[in-house]
Amino acid sequence: MPFIPHTEEDVAEMLAAIGVPGVEALFDEIPAALKSGSLAAIPAGMTEMEIGRLMADRARADGEFLGFIGAGAYEHHVPAAVWQIATRGEFYSAYTPYQAEASQGTLQLIYEYQSMMASLLALDATNASLYDGASALAEAVLMAVRAHKSARRVLLPRNLHPRYRRVVRTIVSSQDIELVEVPFERHSGRLDLGALGEPHGIAALVIAQPNFFGCIEDAAAAAAWAKQRDALVIACVNPTAMALLQPPGEWGADIACGEGQPLGVPLSNGGPYFGFLACRQALVRQMPGRIVGGTLDLDGRRGYTLTLQAREQHIRRSKATSNICTNQGLAVTAAAIYLSILGAEGLRNVAAKSHENLLALLGRLEGIGLRRIFAGPVFHEVPLALPRPAQALLERMRGEGVLGGHDLHADYPELGDALLVCTTETKTPADLDACAAAFARALAQ
Amino acid sequence: MSIPADLKYTDSHEWVRIEPDGSATVGITHHAQDLLGDLVFVENPAAGRKLRKGEECGVVESVKAASDIYAPVSGEVVGANAELETAPEKINQDPYQAWMFRIKPSDAAELGALLDAEGYRKLVESEAA
Repeated sequence: MPFIPHTEEDVAEMLAAIGVPGVEALFDEIPAALKSGSLAAIPAGMTEMEIGRLMADRARADGEFLGFIGAGAYEHHVPAAVWQIATRGEFYSAYTPYQAEASQGTLQLIYEYQSMMASLLALDATNASLYDGASALAEAVLMAVRAHKSARRVLLPRNLHPRYRRVVRTIVSSQDIELVEVPFERHSGRLDLGALGEPHGIAALVIAQPNFFGCIEDAAAAAAWAKQRDALVIACVNPTAMALLQPPGEWGADIACGEGQPLGVPLSNGGPYFGFLACRQALVRQMPGRIVGGTLDLDGRRGYTLTLQAREQHIRRSKATSNICTNQGLAVTAAAIYLSILGAEGLRNVAAKSHENLLALLGRLEGIGLRRIFAGPVFHEVPLALPRPAQALLERMRGEGVLGGHDLHADYPELGDALLVCTTETKTPADLDACAAAFARALAQ
Repeated sequence: MSIPADLKYTDSHEWVRIEPDGSATVGITHHAQDLLGDLVFVENPAAGRKLRKGEECGVVESVKAASDIYAPVSGEVVGANAELETAPEKINQDPYQAWMFRIKPSDAAELGALLDAEGYRKLVESEAA
């Protein structure tokens, strides 16, 4: 279904039909004092040629780098077909459309996305996506507290992405939910549940897999620990890693969420990305957002429909499950196409090559004297100890066109001078050599 | 519209039946299920929960709406109809058989304040007017 805005004739016709002189008159009941009035501070519009020039200048100013920063946003190869298809007029909308069932193609695509994600995560149901990974985690926390009914304390690991922790804190802070930080083991970077003593009244434990340091958690053991204490288990996972690691549904997670960007969405200055959210069947009525279901029409033909809407805010108002009633439709369109082009084997190859590249880079960096902070298996990123503050080192490498990693100092001062380095399948052996050489020159300074 | 004479009613469209053991069985009226349409999910209060009269304690969800259920009287929940978890449509088929939950009332005076069948009929008619 194409989305074509109303023409001036359409608008005039509609206004005439309801007997209103102009669109402005529809807003008469808003007191004049509340209207924003002048928009003088907003610059005038630009022509397509001008805006093209401006954007090209801005892109040049950003520069082109060989990047080894991960920390929640990952540079993967996006097959050209993904956005060629995603930008077709039939798909090119940010939203699930109003009168959704008139857009069967859009709904089918979301349904296929949900099916692939549920399969990747080994859980029963997923929604049509949320804003990003951090807000998906906040919704997962709210879901778990609603489902648990008797406890309102949630364990949030320190080895979870620092921005995610901050977003969760912001979103749940006024909901009478207590967030307790779970420390990590100093030698492994993994969850240190033993350090909590014997906590009681826990609604949920969040487990990041891999965690923010790239370390692979013993998720099954952590989940079992939570279950013994009558807590729900929330998995916050990297979707690419799920092609190699045991999926959360198999190690006991009740809810899984994460950032969908690695699945076909370019880095693009930080957004738009999308969050995914999945759960076991028993929790599906606690899940916020849109969910597309498959059904049969009156003639017995396959059709798709928005389902479980009765608890959304356009029906339940203030009693809605969540105030999120939308999804990142376009990013999800790209993800669905990306997953279907790669297939299970393709995604496994991406994950395996990313991991292999990290080990290859790590070998080169250890060869020039850098050492790992934590022992144990990692996926595609790893924290390294530096002999001096990361910032000057990173600036020098940046001057050579290499982004060496994410400085961990501000978020984890206890690690000293530390850098989180990431590789994906996009890096060639020559790239890894260039990265190691840039490190060596910067360290020699 | 069916409003059995032997039941009590609330103005939020629950019916109440006083059992011989003094407990109060609660469901939703024929009129309520008719307004909601085909029910797809019922959420009952857990046994042991103590309710105050008028407290939100459950949800009935149809394809088009989700409505709260309010405790008709104060007391402790002593049972819930587990059959509705898998067959919520029973409420549409026979709303006065498909009970939702039972309360052991803590204040007998509250039972006297419930509507009788005639009172409930008048309420429904006035809401329709």
